[in-house]
Amino acid sequence: MSSSPLRRTALDALHRSLGATMTDFAGWDMPLRYGSERDEHNAVRTRAGLFDLSHMGEITVTGPQAAALLDHALVGNIGGVRVGRARYTMICREDGGILDDLIVYRLAETEAGSSHYMVVANASNAQVVLDALMERSAGFDAEVRDDRDAYALIAVQGPESPAILASLTDADLEGLKYYAGLPGTVAGVPALIARTGYTGEDGFELFVKPEHAVELWQALTKAGEGVGLAPCGLSCRDTLRLEAGMPLYGHELSTSLTPFDAGLGRVVKFEKEGDFVGREALTEAAARAGANPPRVLVGLVAEGRRVPRAGYAVVADGTVIGEVTSGAPSPTLGKPIAMAYVDAAHSAPGTPGVGVDIRGTHEPYEVVALPFYKRQK
Amino acid sequence: MSNPQQLRYSKEHEWLSAAEDGVATVGITEHAANALGDVVFVQLPDVGSAVAAGETCGELESTKSVSDLYAPVTGEVTEINEDVVNDPSLVNSAPFEGGWLFKVRLAEEPADLLSADEYTAFSAG
Repeated sequence: MSSSPLRRTALDALHRSLGATMTDFAGWDMPLRYGSERDEHNAVRTRAGLFDLSHMGEITVTGPQAAALLDHALVGNIGGVRVGRARYTMICREDGGILDDLIVYRLAETEAGSSHYMVVANASNAQVVLDALMERSAGFDAEVRDDRDAYALIAVQGPESPAILASLTDADLEGLKYYAGLPGTVAGVPALIARTGYTGEDGFELFVKPEHAVELWQALTKAGEGVGLAPCGLSCRDTLRLEAGMPLYGHELSTSLTPFDAGLGRVVKFEKEGDFVGREALTEAAARAGANPPRVLVGLVAEGRRVPRAGYAVVADGTVIGEVTSGAPSPTLGKPIAMAYVDAAHSAPGTPGVGVDIRGTHEPYEVVALPFYKRQK
Repeated sequence: MSNPQQLRYSKEHEWLSAAEDGVATVGITEHAANALGDVVFVQLPDVGSAVAAGETCGELESTKSVSDLYAPVTGEVTEINEDVVNDPSLVNSAPFEGGWLFKVRLAEEPADLLSADEYTAFSAG
């Protein structure tokens, strides 16, 4: 890691006043937890949680050929995204390796004949994504702009989040579908209101100017007081997304895997117009994954209480058959869980005899289909 | 947080009670429990086993990590806290009381342990 000082979000002083335990995350000093991470996790599952996600990397793409550029640079069909909607997608290398997973929001057009997108990258990959988009924009009538410092990002997630947000905005939240976003005003602050998240619950992500972040955080805190809204750190965000079976870059996703290897081939849209970076390699990867998948991403649920960690070997009959990519005690299941890449022969739910090598001891684990948790709609 | 005056402390963040009939109680400090976060699994030494000062004798798992448990003193384990095995959150909620880990019959007088004030200064550093 670099030795440069950690970056602090606009909410830094507020986190410290709340007694947060801070952690270095991708060069940012971020709240890991405020109190018990299990309580924070459960707040999001049953009530609501408030997150500072200002480390996420926003990149604005505008211009007459903004859609064409993104269709070329990313694997998804971005031209097909309607104004006010969002799309989960990926950016790959020419060899098909995943550079990052992204959410692309198509915003309202600010001038005729020019479309407007916001690409949200993981903090750890934001520079890589920005560089790739800049490079791939050559020849397109489109502008790629680094907007990482233009936004703070506050998320309110959990079943009570629509009611909390509704008390602070006139925006049509009822009409705002999952993976949609609209400009509005929340607690008097201009915001892009997006119905997206990384927790497996209903919820919203609010992109605002950094100078408005404290005001918005405090208004949300007050609005959520009566329904048990809790400030939440990155630790519970990780267990929430793990239960929801959502991949995390650097764990389930990497440059040495294609979207097909990660079981996410559905994000690759070969039918879109024009060429895109990685098409050839991904065509081969799709065929390979269909015919002879090397390893498959599965869920593992512990029979015992010892927690599998990223990098631990998955074993069967004393032989290594895979590797844990993420593992944690699951507050919702009350047992340790993990995501792991395992040989296809051992990937079917219920496959007997699968274990995880936990520091020399082979602990029994059940192979399950992902996700571990799905909210009742 | 305050570290009880009647306990002694190791630099690995364990505490040791004054011995009664040669048997002392061992736990981890509130500072250590806070640093770990929610403890979800504890592996304690077997009753009857020998532990040696400064050597690992178990594990504590939290949401984010696994940490070794070090014995603050040399001796024989006489009892483990079954309550904390069944409910590891006791380590977080009552590290100096209900979250104690095991009892040990001292083979020798402990050396190099810190007083409460010394430990408070050490753990703040």
